Amino acid sequence: MNIQLRDRPEASASTGIKTGIADCDIHPARATKDELYPYLAKRWHAHLETFGVHPYQGMMGGPPYPKAQPNASRRDAYPPEGGKQGSSLSFMQKQLLDPNNVVLGVLNPLDTGQGIRNQDLAGAICSAINDWQIEKWTSKDSRLKGSIVVANEDGVSAAAEIRKRAGDKNFVQVLLLSRNVEPLGQRRYWPIYEAAQEAGLPVGVHAFGFGGNPITASGWPSYYIEEMVGHSQCQQTALASLVLEGVFARFPSLKMVMVEAGFGWAPSLAWRLDKVFDRLHAEVPHLTRKPSEYIRDHIWWTTQPMEDPESRDHLFQTIEWIGWDKLLFATDYPHWDYDEPSRVLPAGVSDANRQAFYLDNAKKLYGIS
Amino acid sequence: MTSPIAGGVDCDLHPAVPHLTSLLPYMNDYWRDQVTTRGMTDLISQSYPLNSPISSRPDWRPAQGKPGSDIADMQRQALDTFGTAYGICNPLYGVQMVFSEDMADAFCRALNDWLVKEWLDKDDRLRGSIVIPVQSIAKAVAEIERCAADKRFVQVLMLVMGDMPLGKRHYWPIYAAAERHGLPIGIHAGSAYHNPPTSVGWGSYHIEDYVAQAQAFQTQLTSLIVEGVFARHPNLKMVMLESGFTWLPPFLWRLHKFWRGVRMETPWVDRAPLEIVRSNIRFSLQPVDAPPEPDTLNRLFDHMQSDELILFSTDYPHWQFDGDDVLPKGLSPDLVRKIMIDNPLATYGRLKVRETTP
Repeated sequence: MNIQLRDRPEASASTGIKTGIADCDIHPARATKDELYPYLAKRWHAHLETFGVHPYQGMMGGPPYPKAQPNASRRDAYPPEGGKQGSSLSFMQKQLLDPNNVVLGVLNPLDTGQGIRNQDLAGAICSAINDWQIEKWTSKDSRLKGSIVVANEDGVSAAAEIRKRAGDKNFVQVLLLSRNVEPLGQRRYWPIYEAAQEAGLPVGVHAFGFGGNPITASGWPSYYIEEMVGHSQCQQTALASLVLEGVFARFPSLKMVMVEAGFGWAPSLAWRLDKVFDRLHAEVPHLTRKPSEYIRDHIWWTTQPMEDPESRDHLFQTIEWIGWDKLLFATDYPHWDYDEPSRVLPAGVSDANRQAFYLDNAKKLYGIS
Repeated sequence: MTSPIAGGVDCDLHPAVPHLTSLLPYMNDYWRDQVTTRGMTDLISQSYPLNSPISSRPDWRPAQGKPGSDIADMQRQALDTFGTAYGICNPLYGVQMVFSEDMADAFCRALNDWLVKEWLDKDDRLRGSIVIPVQSIAKAVAEIERCAADKRFVQVLMLVMGDMPLGKRHYWPIYAAAERHGLPIGIHAGSAYHNPPTSVGWGSYHIEDYVAQAQAFQTQLTSLIVEGVFARHPNLKMVMLESGFTWLPPFLWRLHKFWRGVRMETPWVDRAPLEIVRSNIRFSLQPVDAPPEPDTLNRLFDHMQSDELILFSTDYPHWQFDGDDVLPKGLSPDLVRKIMIDNPLATYGRLKVRETTP
């Protein structure tokens, strides 16, 4: 049997970026269940206590696939003062922001009004989460920037929330999840893209969510690992839908970020789309360019969980197919599959590409000077 | 172009059933009566609309009738052109879409008998796949047992999108029967449409359904590996048909990474996913989802870290390539021989080495 030596040098002690780094996927959590109540109308307090959030999945008290760790988070990320991992600003500063010299941290709240069936409740919770991001996080640490979460299944309400927050420098993007009632290119979601384009905000699409559809096109699998790996397939079909429905043809300044879904699959998907488009373009005459061109011009990718082939050449070739200008470094703090900034990129990357990867691409995309 | 060599095995040919009524001679009185009395329509899947460009290469489209329905056309356009020693027939007829297990069983039996009589008996280069009524595990196993006696059946055929992920224990009796008879399981693109054709719901377009086949193969591969199918059935081979393969390396990077992270959840997965793929999983050549430059393709083969994974296929009559360019540019002669002859013969235990003259 052959023993494979991994072609990877010892990690250096730092990222080598003196100007600091951007972390484009940080998950802030609530320390207590009622932390959101001050931002929610009274009627919803009783509603939540009585009925719960009533999402597009069956479990009242947790995720349908039990995570590998409590709250899918690092065991060393519990704040000393108590509460969930990711719920303390001071501990996040101490554990993540300060030691890694994070100069831009993008907050992506996941436990929001998204994936909820009652759209009035969804809108109320999303708006509350947006207020909470300002009050608890972005107003207290200027390195942190928020993501506008919106009632994803109600385009009208979502667009209104985006317009309400447009121009507010606490926010740098609109956040959606990959799994919704329909594929993301469908027109029920277009008001979201229209409002985001108008506000000059990228739309982040984070892996995850609930829309009632099985996480495979062949039904529900058995294991958490299948859900985790499956997020990348969901993201691929969601992106194919965005391209093929003509979202980028209709919203030519729209920028989107694929968050926590991997990026290694992008070249193969783009090649497949181009090849099939060559045969079937008559069905989608609203596309004026090849699918790969829309992807190249409109899509950015966060890096965590970092693609991790045995050979670093395979990684570099894959990134070259996508573009060094399209990757945004992310840790996914405080989740268990966190990527350590200093260990993510192998040696052999030029200074300019490292700088782009760790910081400059994010600053440019999110308009941070 | 890269020239094909004679004596190859074409692992993905699609003979078409002209119409449901073509199967009537292979049904019993009850089902013959059902089909005619109820006015049942032809079982054509949304996965391959007859007039869609992907369903037939323009110059392979017959003046009348379904593409792939005439054996003389297949002989001339595929078998003779590429000097094929063996061609494996994978009928894509919508029997998996049926909801009644009794109806599915009757139609599968008829389909398999039709394949023997109308195709395998007429050209000794042709081999068949056993189409099974997955709606019932017992009936599926019985159909494997019935057909396996004919050594010209060389694999069992399933669709990539069905009712449940294919690794589920529910399906294991099918895999046990296949392994027992030395039959690989071929998993072909296509949906029973019992679930939305993507994992994020119903798209608007045929092109979306087709693109989504690749993602469906990825989730099935995850299911097959993590459920432990190959720990239980180490000699079972599975062949991904019309799946594309350029997605494989990044898919395995991700699966490997998470397997390292959460392998306590599936402790029976005792080998790395890449090793399981190398020993048990194969992929048909077409479609090649990559740009035509040889440099990119050779890098992709390097990323796959094995030259044993790909099996020659034309995907006849589907439109995947033009002219004689069935092999992508830039393949070495050694790799051509592996893809066309060595790899298929190592996969399909019922095929014996056979030299043919072109």
